Amino acid sequence: MTAIENSPLPLDPEEARRVRQERFERIGRWVLPLAIMILAIWLWDRICVWNEIPQYILPRPGVVLQTLHNDAGLLFSSLLVTLRITFLSLALAVIGGVGLSVLFAQSKWVEMSFFPFAIVLQVTPIVAIFPLINIYVNNQTTKLLLCAWIVAFFPILSNTTLGLNSVDRNLRDLFKLNGATRWQQLRYLRLPAAMPYFLGGLKIAGGLSLIGAVVAEFVAGTTGQSSGLASRIIEAGYRLNAPRLFAALFLISLTGILIFLVLSLISHLILRRWHESALKQER
Amino acid sequence: MIGEKVAQAPASDVAPTLLALRGVGKVFSNGVTALSNVDLTIREGDFLSLLGPSGCGKSTALRLIAGLSTPTSGVLDWRGGGSLDRANIGFVFQEPTLLPWASVFDNVWLPLRLKGISRAKAAPAIKQMLARVHLTGFEDAVPRELSGGMKMRVSIARAMVTKPRVLLMDEPFAALDEITRFKLNNDLLELWQDERFTVVFVTHSVFESVFLSNRVVVMAARPGRVFDELAIEAAYPRDEAFRTSPDYAALCRRASDVLISAINLTAGPHHDGH
Repeated sequence: MTAIENSPLPLDPEEARRVRQERFERIGRWVLPLAIMILAIWLWDRICVWNEIPQYILPRPGVVLQTLHNDAGLLFSSLLVTLRITFLSLALAVIGGVGLSVLFAQSKWVEMSFFPFAIVLQVTPIVAIFPLINIYVNNQTTKLLLCAWIVAFFPILSNTTLGLNSVDRNLRDLFKLNGATRWQQLRYLRLPAAMPYFLGGLKIAGGLSLIGAVVAEFVAGTTGQSSGLASRIIEAGYRLNAPRLFAALFLISLTGILIFLVLSLISHLILRRWHESALKQER
Repeated sequence: MIGEKVAQAPASDVAPTLLALRGVGKVFSNGVTALSNVDLTIREGDFLSLLGPSGCGKSTALRLIAGLSTPTSGVLDWRGGGSLDRANIGFVFQEPTLLPWASVFDNVWLPLRLKGISRAKAAPAIKQMLARVHLTGFEDAVPRELSGGMKMRVSIARAMVTKPRVLLMDEPFAALDEITRFKLNNDLLELWQDERFTVVFVTHSVFESVFLSNRVVVMAARPGRVFDELAIEAAYPRDEAFRTSPDYAALCRRASDVLISAINLTAGPHHDGH
């Protein structure tokens, strides 16, 4: 089969067009966004120059890069603080989300009773909850963690619960026929079946835990208690240090993108052999 | 003339009874009577087909036998009485119903794994079973890499790996193309003749039921019930030559006539084909 595909067959115009289009799409997927990005940065630079915009309002991209280099020590130590909260809260979101959904999966009654609480927690803006957390919790790290966790755990909980409940009916019968225990059904059927759903939730939660961490720092930062990237941004804002503000913003975005890419890769590696979402288009 | 053959004592008559359904009925909570007053004796070593139109309760009957559902009325009397040991039942669904994330080997391992048998300990039985269904060499493939026929073979191997006394099959080959279906028919018969288990086979295909079974139980719908039973006297092994023989054609015609009577019984002026 592959031998035929690899041999230089004379292609008819339609097939040749298809091959050409596929090649363009492969290249375009990378080149186009990159080109637009470069164009946008160039335009940003030109706008600064043409309009003689002062640096404390809109710094040129080069200046931002320079600041990133000059303030590297300060910014990266702050980034580490933010990253620590992000990953800790993501880990807790995974443990809490999966744990709760497994608990929910044990009984429809438990799910019916407690799921609404999860929704309430999810729909209430975290910024509005934070002052309460500020009163009740003393430890700074705990405060931030709790905040980021509340934001991040819901997609994992909701997705995993959906996954655990969407097992093929016949497979469930098969397990029953073979006298599977509740634990065996969970271990060998429901958890693996929920894996694609969980990974989908994890991808969302990864971004949310970063957002949660930054928002928490923001709220905490106004009282000068935090040393994460958000507090650098607030600080830079007060001092009209726009270049540093942009540099910090850049780091946060970059972190978010990296988290997403890493989680996507993990998801792909786990699902690539069996799940539709990870399969290449086959013809 | 074929009808006369029924008068001769079929071989299965001497076989001991494995399961007797006595006055079995099933009414669902929505008021639908899926089965009404079913009397049916399944004998050791039978290849029994439940043939009937959609809605005649043949799948419901199978689920009752499997213990996946309980009858509203009547009893299922297993030989030796008492409740059945589920280890003695293999079930093959209409869909292959495989674990998509697990390899062929691990899918067949599943029933043994659920009984606490380790992978290494189960390996000989799994290998042997995979060889029986002609899947040697595909141990590490995952279901999506297999064709529909091969998936069904895995499903059969999984059902048979525990060496069950009864194999229940719910229209297992309905979704397959004819060539694949014929092949699987042949292989299933071969397996059945070698191992001598009992098969209850649900189908809506006259040809398939006649080719495979020694007994065809024709069911009628609304309410689901046993309409008639035919003994298929043709000798085993049945092969491709049998499939094209006049005997087979005649038997199919007879079964078809009975099925048509069963359908006509159901079909009133409001018959909507469901």
